[in-house]
Amino acid sequence: MAIIRGFGPPAWGWRVPTDVQRMRSEMDRLFEGLTGATSREPGPGVFPLTNVTEDHDNYYVRAELPGIKADELNISVTADGMSISGERKIRARGEDARYHRRERNAGKFSRMLSLPGHIDTEKVEASCSDGVLTVVLPKAAAAKPKQITVKAG
Amino acid sequence: MTEAEAKALEAKEKQEVASTAEQTRPGLTFKPAVDIFETETGITLLADMPGVKASDLNIDLRQDVLTLSGEVETPETAGETQILKEYRTGRYVRQFSLSDTIDQSKIEAELQDGVLRLVLPKAAKAVPRKIAVKAK
Repeated sequence: MAIIRGFGPPAWGWRVPTDVQRMRSEMDRLFEGLTGATSREPGPGVFPLTNVTEDHDNYYVRAELPGIKADELNISVTADGMSISGERKIRARGEDARYHRRERNAGKFSRMLSLPGHIDTEKVEASCSDGVLTVVLPKAAAAKPKQITVKAG
Repeated sequence: MTEAEAKALEAKEKQEVASTAEQTRPGLTFKPAVDIFETETGITLLADMPGVKASDLNIDLRQDVLTLSGEVETPETAGETQILKEYRTGRYVRQFSLSDTIDQSKIEAELQDGVLRLVLPKAAKAVPRKIAVKAK
């Protein structure tokens, strides 16, 4: 499958992908399963990886943050985005511990996320349980789609 | 071990596995990242399994094979449309073979903030015993 690579994302203010970009990355993933070739464009490469969804009233941002307690997280919001930062700590073991496997990483992280529309910063709620962060960001009244009645005439 | 504190945490994609057994439930299967270390008294295993509740975690031990499996519910509700999807959710499964140095009746498990901590104490016969050398 021919992959046409466009310009990379801007170095600042990483934008949410468009429909076409999203569809292409899903197709890449499907084909990768058939051919075993990795052709995926690199993601933002910033921890944590997040999933953003929306419904009529809210945006939902979710991230997997195992081993991080709710009070170790810093979340701040602006009118059109949010940032997540904190530090994952892994307890250092004693001198006599010998590792068989070491796959988990610790360290600081800080990520900004921009949203497609404006949010009501006063009503944002965030909760973290079982290592999954869920942030509910209510859309600003002006950003919600409104039905316009068409007058016949 | 302490230089990890100064480094920034990098994003890593979850490792997906093709499940060997047929899955009765649909969905993806991932291999959780683990740290395994050994001290004189036992082996400790720490696995990152975010999204798994204690009631959905299954730890199975038979014939010296330890199987960890945790089901993960899709967090998105039906009315939500996707804007950005950087990670996928699915169950976590990983298997380890245990040597007979482990006292299997004393294994302890604890799940907190999506991290599973499994303590496998060594059987008494496997604890290293220093032998004093007598000089003749």
